[in-house]
Amino acid sequence: MKFNTNSNTYTIVYAAITVVIVAFLLAFVSSALKERSEANERIDTKRQILASLIDVSNIADADIESTYLKYIQADEIVNDKGDILKAGADKDKDGFAVSRKEIGADNLPFYVCQVDSQSLYVIPMVGKGLWGTIWGYVALKADGKTVHGTYFSHESETAGLGSLIKEAPFQKQFEGKTAYDETGTAVLRVVKSGQVKDPQTQCDGISGATLTSNGVDQMIQDYLNLYKARLAKSTASTFEDTENE
Amino acid sequence: MSSLFSKDNQKVFLEPLNLNNPILVQVLGICSALAVTSKLEPSIVMGLSVTVITAFSNVIISLLRKTIPNRIRIIIQLVVVAALVTIVSMVLKAFAYDVSVELSVYVGLIITNCILMGRLEAFAMSNEPWPSFLDGVGSGLGYAWILVVVGAVRELFGSGTLLNIRIIPQFCYDAGYMDNGMMTMPAMAMIILGCVVWAHRALVKE
Repeated sequence: MKFNTNSNTYTIVYAAITVVIVAFLLAFVSSALKERSEANERIDTKRQILASLIDVSNIADADIESTYLKYIQADEIVNDKGDILKAGADKDKDGFAVSRKEIGADNLPFYVCQVDSQSLYVIPMVGKGLWGTIWGYVALKADGKTVHGTYFSHESETAGLGSLIKEAPFQKQFEGKTAYDETGTAVLRVVKSGQVKDPQTQCDGISGATLTSNGVDQMIQDYLNLYKARLAKSTASTFEDTENE
Repeated sequence: MSSLFSKDNQKVFLEPLNLNNPILVQVLGICSALAVTSKLEPSIVMGLSVTVITAFSNVIISLLRKTIPNRIRIIIQLVVVAALVTIVSMVLKAFAYDVSVELSVYVGLIITNCILMGRLEAFAMSNEPWPSFLDGVGSGLGYAWILVVVGAVRELFGSGTLLNIRIIPQFCYDAGYMDNGMMTMPAMAMIILGCVVWAHRALVKE
């Protein structure tokens, strides 16, 4: 059998067959590996949430699930008025299932945690860096005002500059900072590198990565405002508890 | 068997490792060589991924070479490469998630790696599958060993580790040694790569 490989019909049929074969192949591989890669993603997200609470560098991937279940009490979904829309008793079915793109004023994941008999709240945030999405988790202490720890990461910030938000030196400086003042205004800021005036509320930005630092600053401000009502609720009840005791 | 490893085939396999190295001599695939080499592990994975993809796309294109319509041959080559790259990227996501996060877009960008299209167009389109396979493996490994050299230098001096295992002992740091932050930046990869090219040209006279 000899085809004229230069004819139009041959070219079109050839292209069509190739595309169909490739499409089937990719669909097959994708569905065969789906479960595994989704499990990996879930573990990675849990690791990031835990990173704002504790040091996760020595926890193996296999232990992440159990560690998560140990420390996280609930993954609520709340709105910016402080109403709890879903209680999140299953710990990773409600708030945890909200993807980064779906987070909005009416769909805010909120993690209630307990580490060494200390109540902590983790609020996820999403913002824009210089080149792409940046995100983070900020853990607040039981008073709802003091930062316990943070974790930030990014999609495609400049390696060696903006990407430093993912590194411990940047994240560590948030520990112990004040997120809200007495009036409940969000005061935690990231300022230009070397221009920290109030060390209680301001963190050093990354020199050479002003736009990424500004993105982190904007993201923290946005989300501290969105979660303000929910945090105020928790801390109010904490105070009542102490009075009752 | 002897014909499988004949003089010609050996030459096809060995040339891209040294005399006709895709990075050092043909100066292809530089972009990804700079981007992924800040640590040794992603360099190795990237090198192996490119080797696997060049080898198999070379074989596939070589098998199809007599049927491919001339007017859409570049598109067919691209489809084959893209399919293989997507599969590799999905496999990495399932079995080496950390590395796939670290390599991020660069796995996808293997599609645009000039080494691939270069080998397909220059070799696989006019040669039998077996020599094409050797050529693909040779080119891929030629690319990989440069990445490994650059990645090892950058990780050793930039973070004091190799494959995340500490190499430079703590007492050196106590004595005032500091990791060179420059090493983790892409600019330094360019300089190291330049040094490798220099050394290669100086040592290999041909």
